[in-house]
Amino acid sequence: MSGKGGGFMVTLSKDIIEITREQDVVTLRNRVKELAVKIGMSLLGQTKLITAASELVRNMLRYAGGGKVTLEVVLRDKVTGVQLTFADEGPGIADIRLAMQDGYSTGKSLGLGLPGTKRLVNEFSIQSEVGKGTTITVIRWKNGL
Amino acid sequence: MGSFLLVTIQVDLYDRLALNLETDLIRMVSETDARGVLIDISAVGLVDSFMGRILNNIATMSRIMDAETVVVGMQPAVAITLVELGLTLAGVHTALNVERGMELLHKRLGSDVREGGRFYGNSE
Ligand SMILES: Nc1ncnc2c1ncn2[C@@H]1O[C@H](COP(=O)(O)OP(=O)(O)O)[C@@H](O)[C@H]1O
Ligand SMILES: [Mg+2]
Repeated sequence: MSGKGGGFMVTLSKDIIEITREQDVVTLRNRVKELAVKIGMSLLGQTKLITAASELVRNMLRYAGGGKVTLEVVLRDKVTGVQLTFADEGPGIADIRLAMQDGYSTGKSLGLGLPGTKRLVNEFSIQSEVGKGTTITVIRWKNGL
Repeated sequence: MGSFLLVTIQVDLYDRLALNLETDLIRMVSETDARGVLIDISAVGLVDSFMGRILNNIATMSRIMDAETVVVGMQPAVAITLVELGLTLAGVHTALNVERGMELLHKRLGSDVREGGRFYGNSE
């Protein structure tokens, strides 16, 4: 897999979890925590990553009725990290810029999930197409701020 | 004379259980005429925007019923993460532990409060 910044990225482990119901949120959180602990991430780093994962998986369930999360331990420039990819085949997001704003919600909730998640991880990318679905990828590096 | 409720959340809650907590607690505040609600989240490893909203709702509803809400024992990592997420617990007081939370309630409500009941939010 190719990466940003000139270096290349290697996947050390890969696992996929299907998200179809509310209980899967807890399963996902636990799996993310396991990986973060395994690579030696700090407690604060773990907490930020699990919270980000929790927000994204909730969105997936709520707005797209479920999807798939790919969990990977990745290595780039001798640094390990946890990469999570949330892919759904839901309605997609028409205006990503709007959705990324604090307080914007079509679900009458707080509208902090997407912008907050971006602040909690080291790398964040989002792709979405109306009628096709949404894919969001995040990475938290072992020693990320 | 008022009383207070102590709620201990022991594990990370499923959504439905979190929603149950909200309705059960609001019912208990009205049934027991509680003047204060202490929610101990020291065993909780994450508070996301969903859980944060529930805490805010509990505080808002309690206030309508003339009770104050104190969230106690939030882990430092959870507190820092909440700030970065952008969530403010509006109208929710926070305290280091249950004892401090009680002191806070006594200060805010006068000394005529007593423990009215314990309620454990458990998910398994
Ligand atoms: N997976 C998704 N599929 C479709 N729409 C989404 C998805 N995730 C987020 N959205 C849209 O982006 C908006 C903002 O999401 P978020 O920041 O998590 O706030 P909230 O969930 O509180 O609305 C949502 O209200 C929804 O319209
Ligand atoms: Mg959301």
